[in-house]
Amino acid sequence: MELLIRNGFVYDPLNGVNGEKMDIAVKDGKIVEKVNERRAKIIDASGMVVMPGGVDIHSHIAGGKVNSGRLLRPEDHFKDFERKTPLTRSGVGYSIPSTFTTGYRYARMGYTTVMDPAMPPLEAKHTHEELSDTPIIDKASYPLIGDWWFVLEYLKDGKIEECARHVAWMITATKGYAIKLVNPGGLEAWGFGRNVCSVDDQVPHFGITPREIIRGLCKVNKLLNLPHTIHVHTNNLGQPGNYVTALETMKCVEDLAYDDKPVLHITHCQFCAFKGDDWRTLESGAEEIARYVNTHSHVTLDMGQVIFTDTTTMTADGPFQYTLYMLSGNKWVNHDVETETSSGIVPFHYRPKSAVHATQWSIGLELAMLIKDPWKILMTTDHPNAGPFTAYPMIVAWLMSRKAREATLKKLNPKARSRSLLPSIDRELGFHEIAIVTRAGQAKALGLKDKGHLGVGADADIAIYNLNPETLDPSRDYEAISEAFKNAAYTIKGGEVVVKNGEVLRHMEGSTMWLDVKTCEPCEIEVNEEMKRRFREYWTVEYENYPVTEDYLAISHPITVKADV
Amino acid sequence: MINLYPLKDFRFPVIADCISPDVFQGKTITEIKQLKVWEGNKEKKLGELFKVEEAKTEDASPENLLTIHGDLSRVRRIGAGMTSGEIVVKGDVGMHLGEEMKGGKITVYGNAGGWAGSMMKGGTIEIHGNAGDYLGAPYRGSNQGMSGGKIIVYGNVGVDAGAQMKKGLIKIYGSAGQFVGFKMRDGTIYVQNDCEGRAGSCMKEGTIAIGGFMESVLPTFTFEGVKKKVKIEEGEVVETPFYLFLGDLTENGRGKLYLAKAKNPQLSHYEKLI
Repeated sequence: MELLIRNGFVYDPLNGVNGEKMDIAVKDGKIVEKVNERRAKIIDASGMVVMPGGVDIHSHIAGGKVNSGRLLRPEDHFKDFERKTPLTRSGVGYSIPSTFTTGYRYARMGYTTVMDPAMPPLEAKHTHEELSDTPIIDKASYPLIGDWWFVLEYLKDGKIEECARHVAWMITATKGYAIKLVNPGGLEAWGFGRNVCSVDDQVPHFGITPREIIRGLCKVNKLLNLPHTIHVHTNNLGQPGNYVTALETMKCVEDLAYDDKPVLHITHCQFCAFKGDDWRTLESGAEEIARYVNTHSHVTLDMGQVIFTDTTTMTADGPFQYTLYMLSGNKWVNHDVETETSSGIVPFHYRPKSAVHATQWSIGLELAMLIKDPWKILMTTDHPNAGPFTAYPMIVAWLMSRKAREATLKKLNPKARSRSLLPSIDRELGFHEIAIVTRAGQAKALGLKDKGHLGVGADADIAIYNLNPETLDPSRDYEAISEAFKNAAYTIKGGEVVVKNGEVLRHMEGSTMWLDVKTCEPCEIEVNEEMKRRFREYWTVEYENYPVTEDYLAISHPITVKADV
Repeated sequence: MINLYPLKDFRFPVIADCISPDVFQGKTITEIKQLKVWEGNKEKKLGELFKVEEAKTEDASPENLLTIHGDLSRVRRIGAGMTSGEIVVKGDVGMHLGEEMKGGKITVYGNAGGWAGSMMKGGTIEIHGNAGDYLGAPYRGSNQGMSGGKIIVYGNVGVDAGAQMKKGLIKIYGSAGQFVGFKMRDGTIYVQNDCEGRAGSCMKEGTIAIGGFMESVLPTFTFEGVKKKVKIEEGEVVETPFYLFLGDLTENGRGKLYLAKAKNPQLSHYEKLI
């Protein structure tokens, strides 16, 4: 199948293409130099914006926790449902859409790659079952490793290399993509009803600190040559005054950076940029974080932008979810995943009239505006924690238009104005920068070589939006922007047109990416017997039944990584 | 004034949100017949399932009165979201009657299914027969209960009547199932006859008055004393002695639960606490 996209305004930041009118040729699911114009299907993109397919670095779309959220919230679904059509399957929304609906809705917005950021290793099979059922988009998942007993023990003994071999086994066994740390140390402490409140607090029974866990796994990440950095949800998340913890977390791996490359990704940074002593004095700490990030090159962040709506918060951070439950009084789920991690789910309504929620809203945007380099701050809502991913078009409008931000600010609690710098910021992103924060930057941070750009050899994942950058003024016509990003004119996945004018044209399966980490010597031999004994003692699943085999994935896309250990 | 007659005994559930004075207003009979309804998994036209008639009456009946004759126990969501006008049902009616209604009146001369007046915001529903479970309660999982309006049932009701209620009034002249006023936050519920138990479980504020027998009060309620009368609404006061309990303490609630003294001799030991 050949395809030629003609005359679009192409934004391809990774290849330095900034709004130039050019043709994109596609053959056999890849982008190529040229195709036979007579044979190829022609898509006329004149007067439209052509970008690589969207990439989402952090969006909870599958797994045990997401599914518990679905079960917990029937009222979330009954007003937002999609009927089956001859081409697509039925499903429900809103904040925790069913798998099929998740795939279709992402594709409609021009997204083609989505990362599920929290997979308890024990729930890996469940997560992959759901990922396999999520159509169109390519996906991957990050196993939660930061509170895993084996890792804590290795780090306590300072055995970085053994730890690296173990993590390599873990990632391959769970078919994961990156190392995820959630409230490092805190989740282990939560198993005993406690938490850690700074990076130097001791984890009970292990005698190590979150700092050692973060540094240890950062070193492991480097030894294994993983494409993404460690993906960190900081300690003290969602607590007033926690911007200090976020800064500490960034500082603690400063010396591990090399070649100006990032070694740490702080996720949903809005939730860890709170300044103030308590909820009443909460204000934005985005300025301090932005100042640090602007002068250092070893971190990337994503926004975790708050949307004013009724949503469902779900993280592996049990103690944080407990705090939210106490604040909201809503129904909730809390779960301790054996020796691995914990999790919690609380439905939550962000209200424009609440000073705290309004301030949170401005923190997210303030981070995106104050951090000068768009490659360092990526656009997410931490779906569904700060809002469902379907709100991305609205965020794009806020980023591109000061007027759009003002229009929303007017409806908010007036305290939001005095507690953040946002009202005084004039910066507006252009299409080039939007292409960075929504696809190129995300793909680069993830180390995805074939995604997020339109160079020859890249996967033919392309989004075309019906916007003419020559005639349209985004800062005034922000509604047109959000409308166009909501319904892509075309979404092309693997060289096939899957969405046209916001309508899904076909049901296709996306692949699941995972890392096949090759260590110098097979790690299993030395740890095998000891691990088997431990599994028998502490897990409900036997060692033999634990790994996810490759045939478990609908379309498996292994990425081979050669480790240094 | 419009009359509707079902053309057959429905075998499958019919979802008919369009049967509402708001939708019918300003439409001709032909237009009304074209309105879409679901029968099972098939989309149909209203005219295929109902005979629609415009009745010209001499008396001064309001123009947007809608009368339905016949068995509608499989027809759901009648009058959903209505804001004005009146619906009279001469027969039984199915689930979700008057869901999220904001104004107007629905009268049923028969029984109603579950979730009658669910998430209601205003208006009046009068049911002359029995009502099913979840009277005035929100959809499963939701905490957006009834926030205004009035529901009067002359027969019995099922479980969870008035769950999650925030405001408004429910009067039940028959008896009620378990969990009357579950998680209610305000408003008033009156049950003239017996109640199966667990009334006011998890309530925070509001008033529940039970004029009949209820075997026991939840242990998370405290005894407050005996009151001579209870006011249900403006102009309706029940003048008989009531035991007053406050709770539910599991939720730090201060809701009032009244139980008629004469019908509940098994609770007389509480009087020692006065």
